Amino acid sequence: MNSVEERLLPSAEPVRLLDQNGVPHDHPSYRLPDRETLLDGYAQLIRGRRFNDQASALVRQGRLAVYPSSHGQEACQIAATMVLREGDWLFPTYRDSVSIVSRGVDPIDTLTLLRGDWHSGYDPYDRKVAPQSTPLATQLPHAVGVAHAARLKGEDTVVMALVGDGGTSEGDFHEALNFAAVFHAPVVFFIQNNEYAISVPLAKQSAAPSLAHKGIGYGVPGERADGNDLAGLLAVLGQAVAKARAGEGPQLVEAHTYRVQAHTNADDATRYRQDDEVTPWLDRDPIKRLETYLNHQGWLDDDVKQRADAGAVQVAERLREGLMPEPEVDPAELFAHLYAGETQQLREQAAFLRDELAREEA
Amino acid sequence: MTHVKISMAQALNQALRDAMKADDTVMMFGEDVGALGGVFRITDGLTAEFGENRCFDTPLAESGIVGMAVGMAMNGLRPVVEMQFDAFGYPAFEQVVSHVAKMRNRTRGRVELPMVIRIPYGGGIGGVEHHSDSSESYFAHTPGLTVVTPATVADAYALLRQAIEYPDPVVFMEPKKLYWAKEEVDLTEVQPGIGTAVVRREGADATLIAYGPSVPVALEAAEAAAAEGRQLAVVDVRSLVPFDDETVCAAVRRTGRAVVVAEASGFASVSSEIVARVTEKCFHSLAAPIRRVTGFDIPFPPPKLEKHQLPSVDRILDAVDDLQWEDS
Repeated sequence: MNSVEERLLPSAEPVRLLDQNGVPHDHPSYRLPDRETLLDGYAQLIRGRRFNDQASALVRQGRLAVYPSSHGQEACQIAATMVLREGDWLFPTYRDSVSIVSRGVDPIDTLTLLRGDWHSGYDPYDRKVAPQSTPLATQLPHAVGVAHAARLKGEDTVVMALVGDGGTSEGDFHEALNFAAVFHAPVVFFIQNNEYAISVPLAKQSAAPSLAHKGIGYGVPGERADGNDLAGLLAVLGQAVAKARAGEGPQLVEAHTYRVQAHTNADDATRYRQDDEVTPWLDRDPIKRLETYLNHQGWLDDDVKQRADAGAVQVAERLREGLMPEPEVDPAELFAHLYAGETQQLREQAAFLRDELAREEA
Repeated sequence: MTHVKISMAQALNQALRDAMKADDTVMMFGEDVGALGGVFRITDGLTAEFGENRCFDTPLAESGIVGMAVGMAMNGLRPVVEMQFDAFGYPAFEQVVSHVAKMRNRTRGRVELPMVIRIPYGGGIGGVEHHSDSSESYFAHTPGLTVVTPATVADAYALLRQAIEYPDPVVFMEPKKLYWAKEEVDLTEVQPGIGTAVVRREGADATLIAYGPSVPVALEAAEAAAAEGRQLAVVDVRSLVPFDDETVCAAVRRTGRAVVVAEASGFASVSSEIVARVTEKCFHSLAAPIRRVTGFDIPFPPPKLEKHQLPSVDRILDAVDDLQWEDS
């Protein structure tokens, strides 16, 4: 019935249900999410934006070591978790803190890695969120493993695996797609294409017609969406999750978005791009267009706005207060989590450090 | 007592079979491990007995294999994966070092990875390029990994059973030169071996410290030395990490002289670590500097030249002769 091309090829243009002016557009395959979903998404966007900007401010104040912000990409961050169920898994990268928080992980525990008091601060089993991965694309084969194990156990879990445009050049991206396809693993690979891998623009990263096309070689259906249109993302990702859950195997979704800020606070974006490239993207902001649409529908009343603002204020306060005190770190913990049991060698090294610290204190 | 004469390959196969029988969360996968039973037949018959869900072939991509095992272990299973040959395991190196070794630590003990990475390693089988590496030092150097290597048929069975039941990831190095060596063993008698070295032969004059494929060579050298009137002890390290300082150092203290035997290149290796540790801990018991018999610091040679790279009885005996006997 469907040709291979029809089944695997992404749409000719990224799916967009709300354009940058907040004007809705019909799409043959996707429908606008309902009012309740969009209002919930709106509140999460406002909160996510505040989280990003507060975290960046806290870097400047020395409370965080570094913060790779997803400012401008919040629609992707929110949509990735809104389409998941309780038992589903999220595999985030270092830029996906907002996604982690929107999954229900405590904001302070989310930032443990970037604050520098430990590597990962939350219990991955608690909200089914894997530790943030800094080595690119290495989390994707793990996502396949979790999904394959779930399938073997007869569970209907779906795994949302996040990756950036640069990450799609890594071998693990390709191995993960191939394995997922061969094992029919229920994984949604979600590429946030923000056009930059630190300083390297997409044109130098890939010659593929789109990153969603990369699924074709593995037999994985690809789709692409406007990454700043929450409505479109929810529709596309929602359908991908539903297909994966229904046993149709892995799905690949590319969101076209843009990293409006530098890679991190330590990066200087003026060295590799001009402001006039960034400016048009500010007009494509994901919050602005949804707000316009909701206003136009008459859905954005004071009550909704107040609740959204309250959520943002709350998360900002939580960050400021939670990150203000110097975190307590315990040097003894350095030796605590290597193995289930102890080893003689680590016992000796822990004792050495303990003695050294005792001498320093004396 | 149920003594049977089997090869190390058969013992490893039996260990997998028994582990899969005992625990249905144990999954075996890798390249050619299904219908073929692995290029060394270690997984022979497992797919037939346990089905394609329990023992299966994967696409040919080692990082994907190890990475998928990480995810499966995170989600309640006990994966055992096979790297087809030592040098073919290198594509998985990042997964092993950045994730397998670190998952427990980075999650403060919340995520355990009970998984086994089986790696046939070492030379002596006439393998062409990239089929004979001794890659154990890369793994032993990485904190968070447990690294073991059997030298006997009985240990092959016992260590693999223990590795599969272990709460932490184990890199299981299989000396492929010994795959076909047969021994009378009692597989019902399983002694835990991870974290322990074992004295294979007592001897009062000097201690040979070896592991994996070098243990039988060391035992042969000890036999030859005995014929010449010199009694050599042989210690089989078998657990490279955690390392059993106590057993190794006790053996060296009893003899005051030691030679470390290993097939891997000597520079920055498990063998150099052993020399450093023993020297630090037993300096006053030593009558001579510890000598090493290792591979040269060269890429593993082609088959027609490999004998020059492998520790031999003669080289071991020469090293023993060099232990400054004239001073005692």
